[in-house]
Amino acid sequence: MTRKRQRMIFVVTGLISLGVATGLVLLALGDNLVFFHGPSEVVSEEFPPQRRFRLGGLVEEGSVKRNEDGLTVEFVVTDLVNVVPVTFTGILPDLFREGQGVVAEGRLGADGVFVATEVLAKHDETYIPADVVDALKAAGQWQGD
Amino acid sequence: MRVSGAFLPWLAAITAALLAWGLYDGLLVAPPDYQQGETVRIMYVHVPSAYLSMMIFGTMAFASAVALIWRHPVADIAAKASAPIGAGMTAAALATGMLWGQPMWGTFWVWDARLTSMLLLFFIYLGYMALWAAIDDPERAGKAAAILALVGSVNLPIIHFSVEWWNTLHQGPSVLVSGGSTIEGPFLRPMFIMIGAYTVFYFTVLIWRMHQEIIARRIRSLRLLQAQG
Repeated sequence: MTRKRQRMIFVVTGLISLGVATGLVLLALGDNLVFFHGPSEVVSEEFPPQRRFRLGGLVEEGSVKRNEDGLTVEFVVTDLVNVVPVTFTGILPDLFREGQGVVAEGRLGADGVFVATEVLAKHDETYIPADVVDALKAAGQWQGD
Repeated sequence: MRVSGAFLPWLAAITAALLAWGLYDGLLVAPPDYQQGETVRIMYVHVPSAYLSMMIFGTMAFASAVALIWRHPVADIAAKASAPIGAGMTAAALATGMLWGQPMWGTFWVWDARLTSMLLLFFIYLGYMALWAAIDDPERAGKAAAILALVGSVNLPIIHFSVEWWNTLHQGPSVLVSGGSTIEGPFLRPMFIMIGAYTVFYFTVLIWRMHQEIIARRIRSLRLLQAQG
């Protein structure tokens, strides 16, 4: 066996074992690496009231209610199976609207309402020119929100 | 050296032309997006720098493997010369991403899997350059840095698949997905021109930096000879 071959085998086995080790670490970390939990997880698993976590899903159509103080917003986050009601006081990001993905950070109250301290909009990966959407809406063909 | 040196001005000219075309197309011709408005134009610098930051590290890892196995000195030099370009691209991807995230998500930064693994790539680049700078003997420095590049390459698939393996705030892939791109044509054209411009930019600066490194090594060996003689 030449030295070159030896070095190649050394490098390849090193990379493979490193890859396997990293894979096992990531597998073990599993759930701790997710950025948010969906409504179904929140409904099925008991989240204690003192635990802060992020709730992610779609803002249900027709669920957004603004309070009279102009700052507090109530809406419902859905994954199309289960729903979690959310209340939030503060400034919402530009992309926030009904049917849009959101990630809210906060605690689950005893009454089952999620009290958010921060609301982030999640961008879906579609890009369509604005004038095309206007034309589709004018023609009544728009499939989006 | 003489052949690649003759190519350099041409490569620089192609870079400038592609950059000018891509920026004109992206900033003035391409339409605003229906959700993001004009902010979508940040994509034309964000996506190419993010792509290059990973492509360059992949190139460095490959060159490092060649340097370790076949002991080819040019492979060593190529990896070393690539690192600052890649680090710059990673910083640009992070910075433009933050500028996009503030108006769109409502925050500059979150610790989701995509953003965190990208920040890790930036630190691996810095560590790689620091390792080269810390060891005087280029042969030993090259070997240590090559091992770091190979170890660091484990991060590349993590960055790429992070948006699929875990739920993240960063959106999923939109160009290379089964069933076709979810980005409409008028956005894709300037994006691909800019990716082309950035790629040619990388090769231009890489060749230029490799020239400098080769000259620096010649000077070093001449000095060593002089000191011995």
